[in-house]
Amino acid sequence: MKQPLLTADHLSVQYPGKNGLLDAITDISLHIRTGETVCLVGESGSGKTIAAKTFMRLIDYERGRIAAGHVQFADQDLVRLTDKELRRLRGRKIAMVFQEPMTAFDPIFTIGSQLIETILRHQRVTRQEAWRRSVDLLRRVGLSEPEARMHQYPGELSGGMLQRAMIAMALSCSPDLLIADEPTTALDMTIQAQILQLLKELQREYGMAMLLITHDLVIAAEAADRIVVMYAGRIAEQAETQDLFREPYHPYTKGLLQSITAPDSMRKSKLYSIEGSIPGLHDMPSGCRFHPRCPHAVERCRSEVPELTGLNGRLVACWRAEELRHSGNVQARPAVIEAEPMTSERKETLIEAVGLSKWYPLKRGTGGKERFIRAVDDVSLAIRAGETFGLVGESGSGKSTLGRVILQLERATKGEVYFRGEPLTQLSGARLRNMRRHMQMVFQDAGSSMNPRWKAGDIIGEPLDVHESLSRKERKARIEELLQIVGLSPDMADRYPHQFSGGQRQRLGIARAIALNPAFLLLDEPVSALDVSVQAQIVNLLLDIQERMGLTYLFIGHGLHVVRHLSDRIGVMYLGQLVEVADSAELFLHPAHHYTRALIASIPHPDPAGRGTARVIEGEVPSPAAPPSGCRFHPRCPAATERCKLEAPELQEIGPGHYAACHFPA
Amino acid sequence: MARAILLRAAASLMVIFGTMALVFVIVYMLPGDPVYQIVDPESVTPDVIENLRRQLGTDKPLAVQFANYMSKLMQGDFGRSILNGDPVLPKIIEHFPATLSLTVCSALFAALIGIWLGVLSAIHRNGLIDIAARTLGLFGISMPTFWTGILLILLFSIRLGWFPAMGSDGWRTLVLPSLALGIVASGFIIRLVRNSMLEVLGEPFILTLRAKGLAERMVMYRHALRNALLPALTMIGVLIGDLMAGSVVIETVFSRQGIGRIVADALTAKDMPVIQGVILFTAVMYVLVNLLVDLSYAIVDPRVRRLKSGGGRL
Ligand SMILES: Nc1ncnc2c1ncn2[C@@H]1O[C@H](COP(=O)(O)OP(=O)(O)O)[C@@H](O)[C@H]1O
Ligand code: SF4
Ligand code: SF4
Ligand SMILES: [Mg+2]
Repeated sequence: MKQPLLTADHLSVQYPGKNGLLDAITDISLHIRTGETVCLVGESGSGKTIAAKTFMRLIDYERGRIAAGHVQFADQDLVRLTDKELRRLRGRKIAMVFQEPMTAFDPIFTIGSQLIETILRHQRVTRQEAWRRSVDLLRRVGLSEPEARMHQYPGELSGGMLQRAMIAMALSCSPDLLIADEPTTALDMTIQAQILQLLKELQREYGMAMLLITHDLVIAAEAADRIVVMYAGRIAEQAETQDLFREPYHPYTKGLLQSITAPDSMRKSKLYSIEGSIPGLHDMPSGCRFHPRCPHAVERCRSEVPELTGLNGRLVACWRAEELRHSGNVQARPAVIEAEPMTSERKETLIEAVGLSKWYPLKRGTGGKERFIRAVDDVSLAIRAGETFGLVGESGSGKSTLGRVILQLERATKGEVYFRGEPLTQLSGARLRNMRRHMQMVFQDAGSSMNPRWKAGDIIGEPLDVHESLSRKERKARIEELLQIVGLSPDMADRYPHQFSGGQRQRLGIARAIALNPAFLLLDEPVSALDVSVQAQIVNLLLDIQERMGLTYLFIGHGLHVVRHLSDRIGVMYLGQLVEVADSAELFLHPAHHYTRALIASIPHPDPAGRGTARVIEGEVPSPAAPPSGCRFHPRCPAATERCKLEAPELQEIGPGHYAACHFPA
Repeated sequence: MARAILLRAAASLMVIFGTMALVFVIVYMLPGDPVYQIVDPESVTPDVIENLRRQLGTDKPLAVQFANYMSKLMQGDFGRSILNGDPVLPKIIEHFPATLSLTVCSALFAALIGIWLGVLSAIHRNGLIDIAARTLGLFGISMPTFWTGILLILLFSIRLGWFPAMGSDGWRTLVLPSLALGIVASGFIIRLVRNSMLEVLGEPFILTLRAKGLAERMVMYRHALRNALLPALTMIGVLIGDLMAGSVVIETVFSRQGIGRIVADALTAKDMPVIQGVILFTAVMYVLVNLLVDLSYAIVDPRVRRLKSGGGRL
């Protein structure tokens, strides 16, 4: 076989820290062949990005240095190259696409000038020629009106469009290796699917090698030929994609695979989760770095580092890999559950929204009439006591706004919200505050809503201080009890928010939300920002306290699987409107609205065997300031007819408890 | 955009109006009869004092005094010097060019040195150049202007004899006072540009530029500096105000013509109309400069320009 394009051999990279050098990645060996897609998978903080930067020697600019090992690219020794040689390589032979397209472009130069700059840097062509090529590239990556895009500034494009432009820029000099660092993480589900699809096509077309970095095994399943799993700066396992999914060898990989919320998980069952969280650079465990979280750890794991060694055609770094394999410890996923108990027997309605709208005024153009962003537009729904109502939809579809308006954190433009039959929109002052005790919320990044100078105990205690007059002793006891409920230890009450990990901060946010024994919790993407293994922990916690406290949830989600797993019923939002409501299982089995169908189709399958089955919706969400006429989905709908353009469909019952707003439901 | 400019202009007018009122309060309403600043009450008859009061208008009720005062200002009548009866405004206008050239020269000098050292400082963060530049900046900020001025005179004029120590004829007399003023301002600019550059260099797009294989020179000067200068620009208006204030001191140290000299002379003679005129005049200038800086923002930041021409989304 041909010699690999890129080879890393026992590579270690160090960064200067406060007390000496820190090992960012240790002893990494991997290779990528021309035309091959290798996925580097691991939780955030496991060293994926640093590995990628090392392959371009971009660590030089961050005072990182290669402490040991080699990197070979084609016939060049990357460790030895001079700055000048490196700059000829970067952008021309190896190109990179980054996670946050919104911040990856220089905001004060046009897209065009940044593309042209790249081409002119590496190729002897005229400006006109570079311009022409840039336009072609933009067209190739699927941007409409490429000439107009050339003149636009990054701030004028959406995230999905910018990521396309970034890919165009990366491809502008036909690199041999494309490194894509979490290229879809910051994007919406439907856009994620589009970008992934585009990357796969282009890789084939350009015949390049691709190193795709992701924290999401599902994406790896969709795209990778080979998967390299990293944990805490080391490689845990490396295998062909099929092999890895069929039978993971390393306990960490097993854990990751098990904690994926699969489309066929038993709803509301506890998810498998890996305890604890990934260690930081300054407190790396000895021996096998996974041992504090590993259910199979033995004495040897604590003291001796397992080398990456070959086993049945793959590489794994675990002392007990072989032994565990024979002990038949490999998990089997529960079989597909079709017939679920129908949970929707009529319960009392806790919250009801009727004709709810929230319009934000837009800045007035010169002389024009007032325009509005219709963030929420005429939404009616009822949430029953004790149930979890899930809300899904692309970002900007109005989910968060709907949640905030229901909780009276913002005033509705129109419509009414009833809580236990009592209208809320006219309440104010003490009566509103009193109502608030029963309705609390948890946000995506609970940490950002905490005063960094307060101790955890005071953060949790704040609602108690406002609403209840407890003695010091009672207050302390209650705080400790709450910490325990959310799975934190009582002595953590004296710590500050920054001393908690992301998952722990989310627990803290939950503790604060349940401090007053509310009846209702708004959960706005509470797990979206967390790593897979930690997501499962929080999902379990939410299930646990719901059962324990008889809570009602409005769960706003990003990942469809997670929403399905937690919810009894699900509402689908598009451009400020509710387009479909159904029982969770029903919605996934028989989606009726074409937007729902498209959403479900865009989920990558967490199993390489089902690869390529994901279908992609075209286009992006239009501006909520000027929603399309008729059915707002019609410009993107494959089944749209003339009628859809003219006539807005009403939400109608199309089956028991199943509502859809579509003229031609599937 | 047009609306924003109008709003800014209206706000500027308010500031000018406020300054006028404030000056009135200080000059007319504080205890102490201005007449006694002109004559010694012991040595003249009450008649003379009455007459003077009538001339100055201080015998009328406050409201009338204020109305008179404002209407005169609006007509550009800043009053006459108590000392020699010359009209105030023409005198200020006559001396303004000298002060303006000093302010502009020192601003240019400060910007040049400040930006250059600020960028170097950021590029070589915590290196020798950074430490040197920051020390220099600290030195510039903490030294009083007059002290720096005297030092410069000692060195370049008395010792080396390169530039004259006083006077205001010809460009050579401009060099030392501009330096003295500029050094202070450059201290601020070094800090400002350094911090702003460091912030920009931490932005993710810098990594993109490097990953494209751009030379560091391009990354630093074409991209990072232009982004870094945007926030720095708003400070320039404030700095120019400081420079104008500083020229009062420096013009005295270097015995130059200019507004500073007028103030110094007027202060020693307690010539209130002149002092008041200078305060108003500089306030108007200050407001104008800041308005210009705001407008120039649009020129430096292409995105703002785009908004003005009505393109772009939302
Ligand atoms: N305070 C606000 N002012 C103006 N527009 C807003 C505001 N909050 C949200 N929006 C707009 O409302 C729409 C819906 O936003 P949001 O509810 O956050 O959507 P989602 O939760 O689905 O991501 C978006 O177009 C957003 O830009
Ligand atoms: S080496 Fe030990 S601790 Fe590490 S993964 Fe294997 S069994 Fe677990
Ligand atoms: S109403 Fe028409 S455009 Fe809208 S989803 Fe149904 S078929 Fe598609
Ligand atoms: Mg949201």
